[in-house]
Amino acid sequence: MKSWFRFGRGKDEKDEVAVVEAPAAEEPRGGFLSKLRQGLARSTDKLSDGLADIFVRRQLDEATLDELEELLIAADLGPATASKLRQQFDQRRFGEVTLTQVKETLAEDVAAILRTVEKPLAIDPSVKPYVVLVVGVNGTGKTTTIGKLTAELTRAGKRVMLAAGDTFRAAAVEQLRIWGQRSNVPVVTGPEGGDAAALAFQALEQAKRDGVDVLLIDTAGRLHNKANLMAELQKIVRVLKKLDANAPHATVLTLDATTGQNALAQVETFRAMTDVTGLVVTKLDGTAKGGVLVALADKFGLPVHGIGVGEGIDDLQPFDAREFARSLTGAI
Amino acid sequence: MFDALTGRFGDIFDRLKKRGALSEEDVGAVMREVRVALLEADVALPVVKDFVTRVRERAVGAEVLRSITPGQQVVKIVHDELVAMLGAESETIDLAAVAPVPVLMVGLQGSGKTTTTAKIALRLKDKERKRVLMASLDVRRPAAQEQLRVLGEQAGVPTLPIVAGQQPVEIARRAMETGRLEGYDVVLLDTAGRLSIDEALMDEVVAVRDATKPHETLLVVDAMTGQDAVETAKRFDERVTLTGIVMTRVDGDARGGAALSMRAVTGKPIKLLGVGERIDALESFHPERVAGRILGMGDVVSLVEKAAETIDRDEAEKTLAKLEKGNFDLDDFAGQLRQMRRMGGLGGIMNMLPGVAKMKAQMANANVDDGMLKKQEAIISSMTKRERKDPLKILNASRRRRIATGSGTEVADVNRLLKQFQQMQDAMKQMKKLGKKGFLRQMAGKMPPGMLPPGGLR
Repeated sequence: MKSWFRFGRGKDEKDEVAVVEAPAAEEPRGGFLSKLRQGLARSTDKLSDGLADIFVRRQLDEATLDELEELLIAADLGPATASKLRQQFDQRRFGEVTLTQVKETLAEDVAAILRTVEKPLAIDPSVKPYVVLVVGVNGTGKTTTIGKLTAELTRAGKRVMLAAGDTFRAAAVEQLRIWGQRSNVPVVTGPEGGDAAALAFQALEQAKRDGVDVLLIDTAGRLHNKANLMAELQKIVRVLKKLDANAPHATVLTLDATTGQNALAQVETFRAMTDVTGLVVTKLDGTAKGGVLVALADKFGLPVHGIGVGEGIDDLQPFDAREFARSLTGAI
Repeated sequence: MFDALTGRFGDIFDRLKKRGALSEEDVGAVMREVRVALLEADVALPVVKDFVTRVRERAVGAEVLRSITPGQQVVKIVHDELVAMLGAESETIDLAAVAPVPVLMVGLQGSGKTTTTAKIALRLKDKERKRVLMASLDVRRPAAQEQLRVLGEQAGVPTLPIVAGQQPVEIARRAMETGRLEGYDVVLLDTAGRLSIDEALMDEVVAVRDATKPHETLLVVDAMTGQDAVETAKRFDERVTLTGIVMTRVDGDARGGAALSMRAVTGKPIKLLGVGERIDALESFHPERVAGRILGMGDVVSLVEKAAETIDRDEAEKTLAKLEKGNFDLDDFAGQLRQMRRMGGLGGIMNMLPGVAKMKAQMANANVDDGMLKKQEAIISSMTKRERKDPLKILNASRRRRIATGSGTEVADVNRLLKQFQQMQDAMKQMKKLGKKGFLRQMAGKMPPGMLPPGGLR
C-alpha cells in the first residue's frame, strides 16, 4: 500500500525516495481498494451495465461502436476523448468479442491515458517549511481535503501548520479551525474579510519561526472566470515568494468529480494563473463517474495526487490509474 | 453561463443562414454539429439524442425545405425546441400554504445550499415582504450552522439559535415550532450535503420531510455538473419528491448543460439561478429568455426589468430634465456610470443585448471592461465642484495633470473622458435642434437614460 503523497525531491530521484506508509491505511478498515471500488463501482454501474447491454447481443459493428462512444460520453469523458477511444477500439479489428475482452481492452486504453498522471504529491523533506497552496472553485472540497491531508501528514510524523486563507466565506475559518483541532495542529487565522495574501505571508513567517515541516494554505473558492479573484490568488503567490522564492512548492487544485466538461476550463485557467502542480479529485464516492479525469489527463497531463472518497478524516486515497480505469469501465 | 454554447450555435447557424436551399444531408450535417455542441456543454446524453431527433424530423419536413429562408426556419425550430426542453413557463417559489410555510433545501456537498438559502431568505424578505426564519440542519460539516448564522446576520434574516448536539429532525421540529409561535411566514430548512446513494443520510432527509411536510423541496445543483446531474436529480426526486431546482454558479463559464437537461429529465422546473457570490445575486429563471440568449437573440426583456429595478427614478428624471436644458454636467455623467455598474456592469448589460456575443469577445480583447467605468468615475471624483460643472472651459493642462495624479490615471485618460463628454454634449445640442424634446420625454417612462452607455462605448 502506498500513500498519496511521498517525501522526496521529485521524479528524477525516484529511486531514493522513501515511500511513506500511511498508518491509517494499514488498519483493517476494509482497505482503500475496496472502498474505492465500492465508491467507483457503485458510480459506474451504468457504464458497465451499458457495456454488458451492447456486447452481449451484437458483434462489433458501427452501431455498437456508436453506442460505446455514447457510453463514454455519458461517463463525462467528453466528445473528443470518447471519439479518440472509439477510434483506437475500431483499429483493433475485433471479430467476435466477449464482454470481458471489451472491458479489459477499454480499461487498458483508459489506464494508458491515466498512467501518465499517476503521481503522488512529492514533499521534499529538505525544504522547511514545504508550502502547499490549495486552490479551486467554490464547493469543490478544499478545506476538507486539507483536513484529511493534515491527518495523514501528522501521522507520518510531520509537523503541520494550517493557514485559513478563506477570509471570504462565512465561517470558513471556523471550519478549518475545527479540522486543525482534529489533528491537533496550529491554525493561523485572520479577520473575516481580511486580506488573504497578508494572512498567507504571516503564516509563512510563523511557520518559518516555529520550524514546521509543512504549511498548508487554504484559499477561498473562486470561479476561474472571475479575473479579479484570480488576480487575488496571484497576489498570494507573489507575496509568498517574498519570503521564499520557491514558495509555494506545490499548488494543488481540487476538482469536484461531479463536474462535467467545465473541468477543462477550470484546470486551464487555474494552471495559467497559479502554476498548478497537481490535482485532487473529490467526491468520488457518489454517483458521478469522474470520467472527465480521462479527458483532463489526455489534454493537460497534470499529475493527479489523490482522490476523495468520503467525508471522514481518512477518506483521501492515492490515485491509482489502473484501478480507476478498471472501476470506470467495470473491468474489475 | 451559456456564452460558449451561444458562440458555437452562432457559427453553425451563420453558415446555415447563408444557404439558399437545404437538402436533407445539409440538415443532417448541421444536427451533428449541434449534437457535439450540446454534449460539450454537458447536456445529458438522452436529452441530446431526443432533441436532435425532434429538430431533425421537423427540419426535414415540408415546413423548412420549401421555405424561402430555410436557415431561419431551422433556427426557429431549434429555438422552439429549446424552450420546450427548458419548460415553457417560468415558475417561482410557491408560498401559497398555511404559514409558516416550510421550504426544504437539499443537494450534494458543495453545491451551494447554504448560500442559496440565505439568498432566497433575503429575496423573500425584501421583495415579498415575508417574515423568514432560517435553520441549518447540517450537523456534519464543521461550522456549517455557524455559516448560516453569519449569512443570516448579513441578510438581516433571523436564524434558529444553535443548540449543540441536536439532531436534524429535532432541529427541524424546533424550527417549525418557533415559526408557529413567533409568527413567521416562511421557514427555510438548510440540510447537510449528501450523496444520493448514501442511504443513511437519505433516510435522514426523508425523516425531516415527514416531520415538516415541506411545501417546497428545492434541489440545489451546481451549473458546472456533468452528465451526473440528472442522475442525482432523479434519485433525490425518488426519495424526497422535489418541487423545483435552483442552479448555482451560473456566473461561471460552464455551458449550462445541466440547466438544459434538468427539466427534460425530471419534469421539475428550474425556479432560481444563483449568479454571484454576493447575497443578492439570485435571479428568476425564464426559459424563453434563456433560449433566446443561447441563440444570440439577446434578452431585452430582462434588461429593461433590471433597469427598472436598479435605476433610481427620481435621479433619472432629474438627469433627463438637465439633458433637455442642455446643462448636463460631469456629475450627471458620473451618476450614469454608477447606474451602469449597479445593473451588473458592461458585461451584464451586453449579455442581454441581441447579437453581441461576438462583440463581447472583441471587447474583452480590447480591455474595454468595467475597469474603464471605474476609472472614469475616479477621474470625475478627483475634480472640484466647479470643474465638474463646466469642465470644458476651465480644465487647462495643469488642472488635467492634477486630476490624473489624483485619480491614479494618465492625462490621456482624462482627455479621453473629456472628449467623450464633449461628444455627448454635441449630440444633445443636435437633438435639441431637431426638436426631439417630446421624444426624450416620452422615453423617460420606459427607458431611463442610464440604460444607454453615455456617449457610446468609446
